[in-house]
Amino acid sequence: MKYKTLDHTADVMFEVYGKTLNELFKNAAIAIFDTMVKRSTIKVKLKKEIELESNNIEQLLFDFIEELIYIKDAEYLIFKNFKIKIKDNRLTAVLEGDKINPKKQILLTDVKAITLHKFSLKKSKQGYKAVIIPDL
Amino acid sequence: MAVPKGIKQVEEAVWEIPASFKKGMNVPARIYATKKLLDAMDDGVFEQVTNVACLPGIVSYAIAMPDAHFGYGFPVGGVAAMDLKEGVISPGGLGFDLNCGMRVLTTNLKLNDVKPKIKELVNELYMLVPPGVGARASLKVTNSQLDEISVKGVKWCHENGYAWKEDLQKIEEHGAIAGGDGSKISEKAKERGRSQLGTLGSGNHYLEVQFVSAGQVYDESIASAFGIHDKDQICIMVHCGSRGFGHQIATDYLKLFDNAMQKHNIKISDRELSCAPYQSEEGQNYYKAMIGAANFAFANRQLITYHIREAFKRVFHKNPEDMEMQIVYDIAHNIGKIEKYKVNGKLRKLLIHRKGATRAFGPGNEELWGAYKKFGQPVIVGGSMETGSYLLVGTKKAEEETFGSTLHGSGRTMSRTQAKKMVRGDKLQKDMEARGIYVKAASMAGLAEESGISYKDINEVVEAVEKAGISKPVCSFKPLGNIKG
Repeated sequence: MKYKTLDHTADVMFEVYGKTLNELFKNAAIAIFDTMVKRSTIKVKLKKEIELESNNIEQLLFDFIEELIYIKDAEYLIFKNFKIKIKDNRLTAVLEGDKINPKKQILLTDVKAITLHKFSLKKSKQGYKAVIIPDL
Repeated sequence: MAVPKGIKQVEEAVWEIPASFKKGMNVPARIYATKKLLDAMDDGVFEQVTNVACLPGIVSYAIAMPDAHFGYGFPVGGVAAMDLKEGVISPGGLGFDLNCGMRVLTTNLKLNDVKPKIKELVNELYMLVPPGVGARASLKVTNSQLDEISVKGVKWCHENGYAWKEDLQKIEEHGAIAGGDGSKISEKAKERGRSQLGTLGSGNHYLEVQFVSAGQVYDESIASAFGIHDKDQICIMVHCGSRGFGHQIATDYLKLFDNAMQKHNIKISDRELSCAPYQSEEGQNYYKAMIGAANFAFANRQLITYHIREAFKRVFHKNPEDMEMQIVYDIAHNIGKIEKYKVNGKLRKLLIHRKGATRAFGPGNEELWGAYKKFGQPVIVGGSMETGSYLLVGTKKAEEETFGSTLHGSGRTMSRTQAKKMVRGDKLQKDMEARGIYVKAASMAGLAEESGISYKDINEVVEAVEKAGISKPVCSFKPLGNIKG
């Protein structure tokens, strides 16, 4: 399982899983974009590369999601696939997607921010587990 | 659901959780609700409002309104007054969508004029006021213009032809709160602001064409003073805020404060309550950025108003002036404001955090003017798109008890996930149309998430603030057409 959606009155809470950190970050991005768009309706037309560095791995996950939301708003881009490499609290990612266009994609609910509410990234038996509550 | 043990009834619709309830509480917590609403309240509200009561410098009580529900850190529907010297400022206590707020406009059109053209009107509004994910700004501005908007708010709109002169007289603080400063706002926030200026957003944001029907005016003289005098009069309600601009400012400062807490020796039970002393450099910078976002949001609702007037002009072939498309009022419900209150007989300046709560100044308040000063400041309470909305006025009692604050909406009662399991967007759209409400949504899933069953009963929450004496009903509005993100 990539992630599980849990109930939260105001918005939505995700429990995200990954055998590796690369996979966890990828699945977190998938959870965020699944909220905003039916990903199968995105035809990959462009790629965007990002690089981020943070003080610790939990902060890096927060910063990564924040960056995805920022790019979505500032450049009107929406992504389907994510290729992620993490090493020593540094991330490089290739994001594949398209310009947002309601005529081409089935759009759902906007993600406006990532919150610190219950936010966590921990090692688990299967690898890693994160809890994310975005603001919708 | 479990109402905490030790909660005591103070008045018919006021409840208090004593400071002895939890270690670290500096003040008691007060909940404004009928018994029915209290019993049905989210457990999270009790947990969160008592966490807020632990914050440094909090004065009198941490308050939750009848529409309160579990939020991040602070409950949504929460009020906290902070001492300016000892107290903190918390981004989680003002909400991510800074100056998320409400605006109501009147017209001289009647239900019979608009009903036959409601589809055409809603489609036109949908084009001119873009909702949903990735909607493009309706007005392109430069970074320096954005800095100006952060300071001047609706005054900038007036200077640039997007506001009528009288509009400035019908907005909280004339649509421009002093103290906004673009230099405290990140480039990222500005980019998001520029790409979304004039858009409605998604989630619970909406633009609704409404009418006031017979029996829905509860105080004729006040309603009339605000321009609402006819039965079947068409009005328009807007609910939105500062878009990505405010969200990015909230995120930037949440991160900054999260790291600065140690330096300021503040301990909190939930990272989302992260805060800084109001007087610290971080606290002051956030305050200035937050006011900038508030002014942006007033300008955003003004640009939407400009396009609403344009849509009505195109559909009804009349000038907006001739249709008397005047603003009733525009007010924030996610904001921090410096206001003066009597605490234990002494007048003090305080920083009021309102998150999902509306200012509710009573008659005679020195910050009001004209009809607002005579009758009390309008409070706009947005309901679900199925059930309608209310206009109230603030009271003296609100100024005495709740730091001049009241509720902001119905309040969610069901998660978005649960709502989607119970309701299908396309079916809801058809059902609503059969009931005479034409709704156009950017997303069917988003529509399902906002169904009426997801919310508390608006009549019940309004009854609670009326019983508590912190607001007084003026009239209510029924939906006719709605656009949603």
